[in-house]
Amino acid sequence: MEFGPHLLLATLEGAVGAAVLALTALGLSLVFGVMRVVNVAHGEFYMLGAVVAWFVASAMSAHPAFGFMAAVLIAPAMAGLVAILADRLVLKRLHYDPEATIVATIGILYIMQQTALMTFGPEARPVAPPFNTRIPLPWLEYGENGFNLFYPWGLSTTSYKLFVIAAAAVILVSFALFLSRSRFGLIMRATQLDRETALTFGIPVERVYSLVFGLGAALAAFAAVLIVPIQQAHYLMGADPLLLSFIVVIIGGLGSLRGTVVAALLIGMSDGIISVFFSPTLAKILATLLVALVLVFRPQGLYGKKRA
Amino acid sequence: MLKLEGVSTGYGPVQVLYGVDLEVQRGEVLCLLGRNGAGKTTTLKAIMGLLALHAGAISLNGHDLSALPAHDVPKQGIGYVPQGRRLFAELTVAENIDIGLMTRNKGPATRDRVLEMFPRLRERLAQRAETLSGGEQQMLATARALCLEPSVLLLDEPTEGLQPSMIRLIRETVEAMRREGVAIVLVEQRIEAVLTLSDRVAFIENGRSREVVDTKTLDRTSALFKKYVGV
Ligand SMILES: Nc1ncnc2c1ncn2[C@@H]1O[C@H](COP(=O)(O)OP(=O)(O)OP(=O)(O)O)[C@@H](O)[C@H]1O
Ligand SMILES: [Mg+2]
Repeated sequence: MEFGPHLLLATLEGAVGAAVLALTALGLSLVFGVMRVVNVAHGEFYMLGAVVAWFVASAMSAHPAFGFMAAVLIAPAMAGLVAILADRLVLKRLHYDPEATIVATIGILYIMQQTALMTFGPEARPVAPPFNTRIPLPWLEYGENGFNLFYPWGLSTTSYKLFVIAAAAVILVSFALFLSRSRFGLIMRATQLDRETALTFGIPVERVYSLVFGLGAALAAFAAVLIVPIQQAHYLMGADPLLLSFIVVIIGGLGSLRGTVVAALLIGMSDGIISVFFSPTLAKILATLLVALVLVFRPQGLYGKKRA
Repeated sequence: MLKLEGVSTGYGPVQVLYGVDLEVQRGEVLCLLGRNGAGKTTTLKAIMGLLALHAGAISLNGHDLSALPAHDVPKQGIGYVPQGRRLFAELTVAENIDIGLMTRNKGPATRDRVLEMFPRLRERLAQRAETLSGGEQQMLATARALCLEPSVLLLDEPTEGLQPSMIRLIRETVEAMRREGVAIVLVEQRIEAVLTLSDRVAFIENGRSREVVDTKTLDRTSALFKKYVGV
């Protein structure tokens, strides 16, 4: 394939990765922003979403679309409930101490990983996509009689991949509206800005924390349900999204929705493109280098606020 | 109405208050006076349920407040204007007011009434709180607390750093609330304001409550001021 079509293909792959990454990183950023908790187990809620999606899909014998639909509803809800439980049983008892919660979520990470290994097993298992039509993509070429449109061999995407991008975009926009327009969104923003004053105005901060932790996990799980028809579920699959989400949150700036989305696009797209043309390792090296540069020159992130 | 009996509390292992007693009636302005670091802000935080009590009790009309979780304390009708205003800086004026209204599920009628008292805020509803001038921020902090339609109002140095016209507005607000029968605890450093605004003065020193006197018995040169505030 020539360079142009190849780049288009890589860009599309990158966009799928970026879409899923934006959702996952949004969950991490939300928890980090509102609760000041660094959730090291975030990737495991992603894994949980994928694993539950597999269980749900394989329990349904009807058309794969039903299994997938059920997974979309059940997996994020399950992950959210597990997260709320973890919040009530562990984080709350540590009074959300920033350092103690890092250690605690590392513990939660191993518990979830080992539980998945014992129940789901060490294999990677696929979930059938609800639909998967191959869509050939056209390319422009300058020939003897001017530009003409043709379909290069191998340049194609699938309807499911386009669906992933669209679904992520819909969730991101709805989430932004939810945050800025809804009553609970206002409560979350107030809690994030000043926890103590929120309490003096009747906001049940601990309940807000539980819901935020659950919501963060549900976003990661939803991202995983989207990706699992493309990438398969595996009990160790949480590591990469965790690392990339951290990178995105640092580059985008703490608690900034816009920063998270922009950084996820930047990192997700470049990860996809560099992986195709060079190697996935180089992509990770460059992303980590970018984090280092951001930390040195703009520690608050692209859209973050300077701390007083 | 609001009553503190032998309240001892502090921050973690650091004890700040040692058996503070205090009582304020409806329609009364009680001024809390003491040096920097005496524990005035800490007393108000204790009332709001933000600090666990080591000993003592806080009650409102005989109901034990100290047994409630912090977020239920304001729902009993206690409005708090914290020191330094503590607005939700990145939220708009309207959103800050909404937070106040949500505390006790108050509606548009309350909102209108409060905005009537501070017309400047009505012109700036869509503006972020952090972009307001100092005086406007104090108005917003006060308005937010009044959105609870409180029966008890706690104000922590509401006139700190304000110019005379703004001080007058805050003062008029306090007087209006007193007329409506609100019980008011006011932390205020300026003797002038204490003398003209309060009904009683409670002195506090090193976290202990000292004399509580009728304001009428005080004047600018009273020995108590010298003793507890150093002026
Ligand atoms: N978060 C905290 N952690 C530990 N100690 C604190 C904390 N806040 C206040 N203190 C201490 O408690 C004591 C009383 O503080 P407080 O803020 O109640 O004083 P104040 O009377 O309001 O003073 P000011 O007039 O300066 O506002 C001080 O010695 C202060 O250092
Ligand atoms: Mg103070």
